[in-house]
Amino acid sequence: MAAYRFSPSIGVAAMLLALAAFTPARAADETPPLPHQQWSFDGVFGTYDRASLQRGFQVYKQVCSACHPVKHLHFGDLAALGYTPGEIKAIAASDQVTDGPNDQGQMFQRPGRPSDPIPGPFPNDQAARAAEGGALPPDLSMIVKARDGGPDYVYALLNGFKPPPAGFKVPPGRYYNEYFPGHLIAMPPPLSDGAVKYADGTKATVPQMAHDVASFLNWASEPNLDTRHRTGVKVLLFLIVAVGVFYAAKRKIWAVVH
Amino acid sequence: MADTRPGAGRRILRWIDYRLPFMALVEHELYEYPTPRNLSYWWNFGSLAGFMLIVMIGTGVFLAMQYTPSSDLAFDSVERIMRDVNYGWLMRYAHANGASMFFAIVYIHLFRGLYYGSYKRPRELVWMLGVIILLLMMATAFMGYVLPWGQMSYWAATVITNLFSAIPLVGHGIVTFLWGGFAVGDPTLHRFYALHYLLPFVIVAVVGLHMIALHTHGSNNPLGIDMKGPQDSIPFHPFYTIKDLFGLSIFLLIYAFFVFYAPNFLGDPQNYIPANPLQTPPDIVPEWYFLPFYAILRSVPDKLLGVIMLFSSILVLFVLPWLDTSPVRSARFRPVYNKVFWLLVIDVLALGYVGAHPPEGTIVTIGRIATFYYFFHFLILFPLIGWFERPRPLPTSIAAAVLGSAPLGAGSPLEKA
Repeated sequence: MAAYRFSPSIGVAAMLLALAAFTPARAADETPPLPHQQWSFDGVFGTYDRASLQRGFQVYKQVCSACHPVKHLHFGDLAALGYTPGEIKAIAASDQVTDGPNDQGQMFQRPGRPSDPIPGPFPNDQAARAAEGGALPPDLSMIVKARDGGPDYVYALLNGFKPPPAGFKVPPGRYYNEYFPGHLIAMPPPLSDGAVKYADGTKATVPQMAHDVASFLNWASEPNLDTRHRTGVKVLLFLIVAVGVFYAAKRKIWAVVH
Repeated sequence: MADTRPGAGRRILRWIDYRLPFMALVEHELYEYPTPRNLSYWWNFGSLAGFMLIVMIGTGVFLAMQYTPSSDLAFDSVERIMRDVNYGWLMRYAHANGASMFFAIVYIHLFRGLYYGSYKRPRELVWMLGVIILLLMMATAFMGYVLPWGQMSYWAATVITNLFSAIPLVGHGIVTFLWGGFAVGDPTLHRFYALHYLLPFVIVAVVGLHMIALHTHGSNNPLGIDMKGPQDSIPFHPFYTIKDLFGLSIFLLIYAFFVFYAPNFLGDPQNYIPANPLQTPPDIVPEWYFLPFYAILRSVPDKLLGVIMLFSSILVLFVLPWLDTSPVRSARFRPVYNKVFWLLVIDVLALGYVGAHPPEGTIVTIGRIATFYYFFHFLILFPLIGWFERPRPLPTSIAAAVLGSAPLGAGSPLEKA
């Protein structure tokens, strides 16, 4: 039985392209359950740990950003990580962005400004695929919300590079990852101990960097989480009081009926 | 000289009321409106649904001010709302989770009607208008889900619009017409946006009719017997206004919990990936509130028949007032129906479970059995049970049942409240 009813042309096209696609759309059930990490932003009172976010941004900047864009972030957003306006200006200015057209009708490069979107490593998806052996490194500014398991998935994936089990063939340009659906990922293991030198002196182990960058990416996906949690506490407290008030009023008004 | 005339505000209201009897209507339909004195908390869900309709329109209007219905910009414009628009995240999460809350409320409301026989004479039209509201809600929710233009949006639109291709001869023409092209694309998104904005106001109109029909004979009640006199009823205000407010505050607690602490729990992560016509997601799963219907669709091995069954599963509700042959409304007095009712609840939950899982192995079998039972319940059991069941004796009046031996006891001073 066909589970989904497409018109034949789309069905065929989709099937061909699914075959050619980077992500094998199967075997998700073979991945082990994600180990749950302690995140500072979990729970009703959870907030982002800014030191961890800054370290995570450093990992993103020095490792991930070689291939992955964060399309939805602007330099100015980094203020939420605790950077001062001066620091943000410096971070922005260290990147070249394309602007224009100018009076001569030419596009030109200039140092970034806080109001600019953070530029990605490639001008477009086609360029990214061409550089990465056909695989498209996904945008990371939504990755935590776009994957089951959220930050736990990102953490597990970054720690999930293992030698393949006996008999599991890994084609060239692919790597075995325990947590990736289908286990064959086009991304080489991105982290190794000491891959970055943390400005705050934290020891840069793979689990530490994975934790920091997953926190950073959670912030990138959900930058309003702190406000949301804080507002939520107030709203819930207000509503709990409202429940009490309405319950008392209901009892009083209905007393004459019962 | 003392001015004994009423205050200016009251005089203005009187002036208006003489020409447009709006206050008189409110007075009549809200303040005096005689309501059975024994309504349980299951009767809160009608006003809750009305509240959610207002919340959805309210949040939706603000979202519409920032959203761009073009296939190139839709996804990014939603992200812009989430990140850069003041309280945009609150509006969007309230709207997205609000859809789930709205359906949960309406489904409880519907099952309450099923249990207490609220669809029976003389409330058949109240019920049928309710089914129309449900259909409109489904269309609205489906089109709203397409608007963020994520992977699930795109593929849900593809799957659902393709249902119409099952129609013989003209099916493919209809699908092309719906799409405004040869695949789901920019014209589809634009028209879905226009209709998503239009349909809620159609719902408001049908809710108006639902209310008029309801207020003609008044609410049903847990006993399912008619109000026979003033001792059976209490004015809607303040008794049910406060009871509804109390229920509303508890509901808001649940709703707020989702919005602030689990805003994506009911959604699919796939929809945070921009729509890609060249790549199908691993599983195309609708939102939870469509899962039972999706299961029915997939349980039928024939495409056309599957679509017919899908639509029939709602349409059968239209004729329910005539399928149910029992003269007794409330399941409390129906010793067989009050048990069989729960089989339908379990059946619909089973269908929901089936709809959420890939159709393989036992899932297919469970789906087929549950689909068969769904129609069996409505088309066979409803007429049959009413026919052979011996209902328990009904109480003589609501007051007699609620107040026992003192029908005109403590409640009587209220009749003029």
